Amino acid sequence: MLLIEDLQVKLGNKKILKHLDLEILPGETHILFGPNGSGKTSLLMTIMGYPQYKVTGGKITFKGEDITHMTIDDRARLGIGMSYQRPPSIQGLKTRRIIEACSRDGVDVDALAKQMNFTDFLDRDINVGFSGGEIKRSELLQLMAQDADLALFDEPESGVDLENISLIGNTINALLQRDSGEQPCSAARQCEPAGPCKAVKSCEPTKSSKGETPFKTAGQPGMTRTKIGLIITHTGFILDYVTADKGLVLYNGVIAGKGHPAEIFKQIRKVGYKECARCAA
Amino acid sequence: MRSLDDRAHEAKDKKAAIGPDVDLDAYSLESPTHVDVKNLNLMPEADKEKMAFAGLDISEKERSGTYIQKDAFAIHSGSYQDGLEIIPIRKALKEMDWIQEYYWKLASVDTDKYTAQARLDLQNGYVIRALPGKKITLPAQACLYLDKEGFNQNVHNIIIAEEDSELHIISGCASASHVTRGLHVGISEFYVKKNAKLSFSMIHHWAEDVVVRPRSVGIVEKGGLFLSNYISMKPVKSVQSYPTIYLVGKGAVARSYSLLVGSPGSELDVGGRIYLRAKDTRAEIVSRAITNGGNIISRGDIVAEVPGVRGHLECHGLILNGGVMHAIPELKGMVDGVELSHEAAVGKIAQEEILYLMSRGLTEEEATATIVRGFLSVDIPDLPAPLKAEIDRAVDLSQKEVM
Repeated sequence: MLLIEDLQVKLGNKKILKHLDLEILPGETHILFGPNGSGKTSLLMTIMGYPQYKVTGGKITFKGEDITHMTIDDRARLGIGMSYQRPPSIQGLKTRRIIEACSRDGVDVDALAKQMNFTDFLDRDINVGFSGGEIKRSELLQLMAQDADLALFDEPESGVDLENISLIGNTINALLQRDSGEQPCSAARQCEPAGPCKAVKSCEPTKSSKGETPFKTAGQPGMTRTKIGLIITHTGFILDYVTADKGLVLYNGVIAGKGHPAEIFKQIRKVGYKECARCAA
Repeated sequence: MRSLDDRAHEAKDKKAAIGPDVDLDAYSLESPTHVDVKNLNLMPEADKEKMAFAGLDISEKERSGTYIQKDAFAIHSGSYQDGLEIIPIRKALKEMDWIQEYYWKLASVDTDKYTAQARLDLQNGYVIRALPGKKITLPAQACLYLDKEGFNQNVHNIIIAEEDSELHIISGCASASHVTRGLHVGISEFYVKKNAKLSFSMIHHWAEDVVVRPRSVGIVEKGGLFLSNYISMKPVKSVQSYPTIYLVGKGAVARSYSLLVGSPGSELDVGGRIYLRAKDTRAEIVSRAITNGGNIISRGDIVAEVPGVRGHLECHGLILNGGVMHAIPELKGMVDGVELSHEAAVGKIAQEEILYLMSRGLTEEEATATIVRGFLSVDIPDLPAPLKAEIDRAVDLSQKEVM
């Protein structure tokens, strides 16, 4: 479980997050909406542990551990992983090498790469000359190798062409144990201009014996879903492919609204972030 | 005309144009006698280990021939492939007339006191030659080894790739573990003839108080390719080396790659100079240098003397832990219609890159080492796989030891 309480964060002298609260239960995936500059990436970077994001107050707890001041690599080893929007290029560092490094218990890099249609890139320098879509596939490959328990996605669909977006979506689903047949959750039948009408399915949590509220995965009967996801999206395209439990609107450094992802997205499209933050609050 | 010996005598006290001056009298020219070694496996373990650091394959399985010199003595010399000759230079000078067409024909004895001394006090060195049309695909290996404390080793090497031949050499220099101080002077003359292909990879693995003064000159004829790699990552007191390559035939190509690590107390002044003297010739000089507290001067110079030639210089330096990194790239175009370019950068490892790798679970030290390893990984075109593997191995070993 990820629990964020009263989080205050500064970047340089600027207050980025102000008294932010957020709880994500095991097995849940949340979608993070918000206008440019609202602090979405800052929130992800703070959870990941980037030192330039100074926590000036509040607390982050993951798997019962206070990680507020834990180093970035310790967090990674605890099971937090991130797919970046614009990761750095590193000359001479082969993509294969970094994927190997991600894996704690050895992983078949070639098999993983084949799944992501990325074999040709394994012996290229990481991110050097990669297109937007190639970066996303490389980032997801690294997350797969890491097998993160809390996966943070910063705009996983940006720069991805239409052919590859379903691959990205399916991969995120697999990472979050949401694969095989499950439909995106929605409160009501939705018809987005960008995609076909989706069948409706509500996502009610089922109580587990431990008292927590994990979800059953549709494709793997009996398996308890534990992976947690937090996804930033601007375009909302990813909603067509990834099932999510909750939508959050980050506005002015706080979570200003919560609700069903598709509903929230619809509202944002209709009335804009500002209004939406107010009405959903 | 004055004889070479006369000219050498006159240059005995001539300081080098660049690099700190060395007092030659502070070193001994008296070498203990070292006997021939038939089976490399019978050499002392400590020697084998040091030589392996410099790229020597003791088993010789992946090699076409071997030359080993310990102090002043050639202790092993042999070729295992038809068309490849490996001969100690003293023997060649005594028995083969043709060597006079190559001996001191590119390098000048009066360049400075080091060339003068190598002329006047020649100990030994190797002649490695691929005969016309012979493709020697397995690398030939050589090792110049300092075993006596305070010894001044003077070596002269001649490397010839005859017409249409192919030759790959890995030449390692190392000192025994009990040696802290020494001076190595190495003259090398490279002849790459018509349509021949030569790759020469030099790996240095010296001790902290060893001074090194290589003097190398190469010539590449029509359609020839000369690939010159230099790796020095181990602490060493001072290296000053500025090899010169002349591209004299149409379409000749030279590429020079250097990987350098400067440790505290080390002074590396290393570069490459290539003259483009014929149509369609091409030159590339690439260096990657890291200082950990040492002083590094990384030079590069491309001179274009005729139209229709191309050259590129790339000089990247990292300052990891103090020290000085001085990149001096030079380009000189002397006529219309030349294309010369360079990129030089001196900096540090970007924090963003370290954090990126840490977010994949690597510690800060692991992340730094991984990035440094990447920085030192240069894709060298036309280098055969076994040599590439050897260079990777040398870099890995040295990095573990140095970082």
